[in-house]
Amino acid sequence: MTASAPTPPPALPERSSLPAVTKEGLLHLYREMVLIRRVEELAAKAYTQRKIFGFCHLYIGQESVAVGAAAACQPQDHWVTAYREHGQAMAKGVSPRAVMAELYGKATGCTQGLGGSMHLFDSKVNFMGGYGIVGAHVPLAAGVAWGLKQRKTNGVAVCFFGDGAAHQGAFFEALCLAQLYKLPVVFLCENNFYAMGTAIDRQSALIDMSLRGLGVGMVREQFDGFDVEHVRDRVAAAVEFARSGQGPVILEAITYRYRGHSMSDPAKYRPSGELEEKKKSDPLAISERRLMTDFGVTADELEAVRASVDAEADDAVKFAEESPWPDPAHLYDYTYAPTPEPAAAGSAPEEKR
Amino acid sequence: MPVLQMREALRRAMSEEMRRDPNIFLMGEEVAYYDGAYKVSQGMLEEFGPERVVDTPISENGFAGLGVGAAMVGMRPIIEFMTFNFSLVAYDQVINSAARIYQMSAGQYKCPIVFRGANGAAENLASQHSTSVESIYAHFPGVKVVSVATPYDACGLLKSAIRDDNPVIFLESEMLYGLKGEVPAEEYTIPLGKADLKRDGTDVTIITWGKQVHTCLTAAATLEKDGVSAQVLDLRSIRPLDHEAVFAAVAKTHRVVIVQEGFAFAGMAAELAARIQETCFDLLDGPVRRVTNRDVPMPYSPVLEKQVIITPERIVETVLQAVGRSPNTTNGGAR
Repeated sequence: MTASAPTPPPALPERSSLPAVTKEGLLHLYREMVLIRRVEELAAKAYTQRKIFGFCHLYIGQESVAVGAAAACQPQDHWVTAYREHGQAMAKGVSPRAVMAELYGKATGCTQGLGGSMHLFDSKVNFMGGYGIVGAHVPLAAGVAWGLKQRKTNGVAVCFFGDGAAHQGAFFEALCLAQLYKLPVVFLCENNFYAMGTAIDRQSALIDMSLRGLGVGMVREQFDGFDVEHVRDRVAAAVEFARSGQGPVILEAITYRYRGHSMSDPAKYRPSGELEEKKKSDPLAISERRLMTDFGVTADELEAVRASVDAEADDAVKFAEESPWPDPAHLYDYTYAPTPEPAAAGSAPEEKR
Repeated sequence: MPVLQMREALRRAMSEEMRRDPNIFLMGEEVAYYDGAYKVSQGMLEEFGPERVVDTPISENGFAGLGVGAAMVGMRPIIEFMTFNFSLVAYDQVINSAARIYQMSAGQYKCPIVFRGANGAAENLASQHSTSVESIYAHFPGVKVVSVATPYDACGLLKSAIRDDNPVIFLESEMLYGLKGEVPAEEYTIPLGKADLKRDGTDVTIITWGKQVHTCLTAAATLEKDGVSAQVLDLRSIRPLDHEAVFAAVAKTHRVVIVQEGFAFAGMAAELAARIQETCFDLLDGPVRRVTNRDVPMPYSPVLEKQVIITPERIVETVLQAVGRSPNTTNGGAR
C-alpha cells in the first residue's frame, strides 16, 4: 500500500443557519447565564457551610459555552459531559432545584442523591451525565451518536470535555471511531487553560485541542467562547453539519474558569493578574454591554433579570434544604436493572445436564 | 438432537436474538469480514449487514465505551473482545461506566450490553494472553458474570445475557470453541444465576465453571476408580451466584474443593470459600480447598506452563486430601 495524501476536512460554514439572536432571545440567554452563576455561587457558600460534600467543581466564568450550546441544540440532542457540569445541566433544562438538591445529597435531586455533583443525569431533557473519569465519557458520546443514528432519531450527541481530557487515549479512540463511522456527534472542548492545576503550556505541546481532529480527518474549529451569541452560532454550525449525516465535528471553545479546579483548590498556581485580565471578557459582561448598546436594554431591566434570578436560585437552595434525605431502605434499588421474564417463546424446555 | 460446536451455539444465540430485536448489534475486532478471530460470527455479516455486524479498529477502550453509550439510548450491543486479555484496556469502560450508569443515574439510563470473548489460558500463549478475568469482573456490583462450558449452556445463557438489561461479562474459552454438544432444535434460554450439577456424587463437591468443568469431570472419573464419588457443580453464573445450589451441595457432601482458573490470591474461589464457611460452617467436615493456577505469570515453555495450569492430577490430589485419603495435608492447589 502506498500512502495517500490526506484530504483536508472542509471548514464549517462561516455562519450557521440560525437567525441572528433577537433582543428577547439574548435576554433569555443572559438570564440563563446569570442563573447558572448565581446557583453556583450559592453552592459554593453551601459547600463552605458543609451542606454540600465531596468534590464540587464550579463552572463560573464558562457559562457562555453551555448556554450558547444549548441555544444551538434541539430537544432530541443528547449531552454527555464530565464533572464540571452543573452549568451544562441547567442549560440543557435540568431545574436549579433538582441540581441543588442533588448537590445537597437529597432524595429530590436529579439522581436522588446517588450521583452527586459529578454525576448529574436527567433523561427527561436528554442530559446523560456527569462522568468523573477524565476523558472516559468521550467514547460514550460516540456510542450515543451511534444509537441516535441507528434509531433514526435525527438527534446529535454533544460531548463536553476539557483541555485536560484531550490527552487521554479514550478521547483519541473516540475521535477515530466517530470519524470512521461518520457519527452525528459534536466534540466540544472547553479549553479553560488548566487541567486541574497544570497550565495548558505545561500539559500540551498543542494549545488548540480541536487540531487533534485533523489526525483523523475530522472537521474542526477553534473559537472564542466568551460571547454567548458566537458560541450559539459556532455550535449550531457544527450540530447542523453532524445532523446532516456528514459526520462528527470537533470544536474548541476558548474559555476560562474563575475558581480553582474544585472547591478545595485556591488556584495559587495562576500568575498574578491573570484572573483579573480574563474577567475583562466575562461572558455576562459581554452580553450586558450588547444588550444595552445594541438592543437598548436599560440598567433597570438588567437589574430586574438579576433579581428574578436571585429569587429562583434562593428558591433552589430553600428547596434543597427542606427536601428529605434519601431513604436507606432504597440503597440497593438501582444496582441492577430488573430484567423482564424471558418471553414464553424463549423459555427453557427441559434443563438438560 | 442436533450437535453443534461451541462456536456454532454462540452464533445461533446471537443470530436468533438479532432476528428478534433490531436494536442488537455485534461489534469488535475482526467480527465481520474476517468472520471472527475464532469464527464465532461466521456468516453473520452476510445475514445482518455491516451496520449490525461491525468491524472496529484496534481500540478496546473506544469501542467498549461506544457500546455503553449506544446501550444508554436503547441499543443492545454485543461487544466482542477477541480475548479478555484485551478487555483490560477497556476495564475502565466496563467498570467505571457500564457497571455504574444505572445506579448513578438513579435508574434513568440502563446499560444492556454483553461483553463476550475468550477467557483464560489456551496453550502456550504465554504471559499476556493467558489471563483469567472472572475474579476481577465479579468483584463489582452492577455487572453480571457468566462462564460457559458446553454448547447447550452457551446458547441458552448467551440469549439470556443479551436479553438482560444489565452489563453481562460472558466468558468463553478458546480451547472450547470446537467442543461439540447436543443443542435442542427448538428455541430455549437458560436463566442467569442458576448453577448446574454436571456430575452427581456423594463424597465431595467440586465447584467450578467454564473450561475447568471438563478438567474436573476428567478428575472425577479418575476418582471414581479410586472409590471416591465426586460431584461437579458448574456455577455457570458467577455473579449472580447461585447460593442455594452451592449450599445444598455442601449440605450433601460436607467436603468441598473449588477449582478456579487464575490466581488464588483475592480470587473467586476465596470468595466462595468465605461464603461457604460463613453460612454452613457446621456442615463442613474439613476445610474448603482450592485448586488454582500457581501464583506466577504464565510462562511460555510447555514444560513450565504445565506446572502452572490446573490439571486433572492436581484436582485428584486435592480431592483425596479433602476426603482424608491423602497424607498430604497442605492446601495443594493454592499458594
